[in-house]
Amino acid sequence: MTLTTRNGSTRRRSDSRRLPWGSPIVYFVALVVIALMLGPVAYIILGGFRTNSQITVEPGGLPDPWVIQNYLDVLVSPIFWGEVWNSTVVGVATTAGAVALGLMASYVLARYSFRGRGLLYALFAAGLMFPITVAITPLYIVVRNLGLMNTLPGVILPQIAFALPVTVIILVPFLRAIPDEIQEAASIDGCGRLSFFWRMVLPLSIPGVITVSILAFIGSWNAYLLPLFILNNEASFTLPLGVQAFSSQYSVDTAKVLAFTSLSMIPALVFFSLFERRIVGGLTGAVKG
Amino acid sequence: MAGPAVLVFLGFVIVPVIMAAYYGFFRWSGFGPATDFVGLLNYVTIFNDPNFQQALGHNLFIVVMSLVIQGPIALLLALLLNRRMRGQSVIRVLIFVPYVIAEVVVGTGFSLMLATNGALNGVLENAGLGWLAQDWLADPDIAIWTLMGILTWKYVGFAVILFLAGLQGIPEELYEAASIDGASFWQIQRRITIPLLGPTIRIWAFLSIIGALQLFDLVYIIWGQYVSSVAGTNTMAIYMVATGRNAGNFGYGNAVAVVIFLISMVVALLYQRFVLRRDTAGAITERGAK
Repeated sequence: MTLTTRNGSTRRRSDSRRLPWGSPIVYFVALVVIALMLGPVAYIILGGFRTNSQITVEPGGLPDPWVIQNYLDVLVSPIFWGEVWNSTVVGVATTAGAVALGLMASYVLARYSFRGRGLLYALFAAGLMFPITVAITPLYIVVRNLGLMNTLPGVILPQIAFALPVTVIILVPFLRAIPDEIQEAASIDGCGRLSFFWRMVLPLSIPGVITVSILAFIGSWNAYLLPLFILNNEASFTLPLGVQAFSSQYSVDTAKVLAFTSLSMIPALVFFSLFERRIVGGLTGAVKG
Repeated sequence: MAGPAVLVFLGFVIVPVIMAAYYGFFRWSGFGPATDFVGLLNYVTIFNDPNFQQALGHNLFIVVMSLVIQGPIALLLALLLNRRMRGQSVIRVLIFVPYVIAEVVVGTGFSLMLATNGALNGVLENAGLGWLAQDWLADPDIAIWTLMGILTWKYVGFAVILFLAGLQGIPEELYEAASIDGASFWQIQRRITIPLLGPTIRIWAFLSIIGALQLFDLVYIIWGQYVSSVAGTNTMAIYMVATGRNAGNFGYGNAVAVVIFLISMVVALLYQRFVLRRDTAGAITERGAK
């Protein structure tokens, strides 16, 4: 999307402009900002390699010596892996559901004109403005009435619904950009609407699908409020609930809490660093419309 | 084909909002049918409750301060980073990292780091700045600023990324023409960049405002419902959870949800009407018609 042109245009622009200050200052500012941004993250990760007595004596110090016992303790804990499993199931199902439903809805919104299309689009767009917070209390009642309390589908279904607005807003421009000629050519070759969807639309919208998938997955992986309302027994906890339960249960064992916390953020960070360009491109595409 | 999406969206987004409006008129413990109709009593109670007024005040403070603090910082960073330099893409990724980390992780990390005997005070002490050490989380004079600091840390990267993307959309010819005319770097930024970045800035401000009005996770994780009202960081959403679900008064909680919803919607519509009107990306009003 915007990213393909970015590097080229930046390059040309800065060559043609004389900048009044040298880049060491820029690097210095960038370095300070990065230090501020990563400091707290480093504190969490490094703290996990310390002992509690190290942390008590020197709260802001470095590991000396490094101990891996905290991380090992967490990694052999069945509670941790249970929560990783729950978070993974919820994340994958949310992502699959949001992409499948969002892609179908976007396809209709992007390529067919029908009465109420504008209204439907506006409905999804309006959903973008209201995060899950305002609906959480009644949502809890809906989920309870469906008998889904303490079950993972009780988290998955609402998360799919709340992921749909972003998904639709990002995918519609993608699908709209597919030239009509392709569709005409396909239909001349005897390709029906459904098979056009499978054989042309799906492959062509893969970049957009990746963006919305990552957004949905990271959103689900980090979600706190909805699981807090829906999941009340420890066996069903996702990682964010687990981190909180762990940190209140082992409140004296700071080092282990930090180890648990840093292990829980790894998947989101890995996904993000793998697909950073797509996420950023998708976000800006969505905002610019 | 849009059917399943519409069904799920209606069932889990629209219906709950309507239900909240309905149950908001009842005193209801959340079990069995709601029969104790109290009319507007819940709403009267909400607006007369000093705790809610305090929470609303905090939300408004956070809305304004988020814009005032994050906007300029993000703009400066975006301007600084919008040039060719080695490691540019790495810097962008690293600035964005806090945005990707879960609120729970951020909350847990910061509450340990900012504790009275935590890492920040320890580092200050070692640097000979012990007099700067504070009770960052519990002191009511400081806690809300601590919260602003954490919010800035977590969300400024998002603003930087949006602004950087917006900067890519500004035609280079304008910069060339301006520098031929002898405009200085800051003149160029002030006369060309910032006005042309307007639409991006306005969209970011909108997202920031809506987010600030509904702030919950970080406050609840770091302070919890009781401490947050003592430390002066409680928000409307905290109030909603504390008086609704946690107190077993679901009718009241739903009424608070409706109030937050209406406040957000009024702000959103006013913003759409008066600020975003000029931009093409008005999501509610114009997008659908496009």
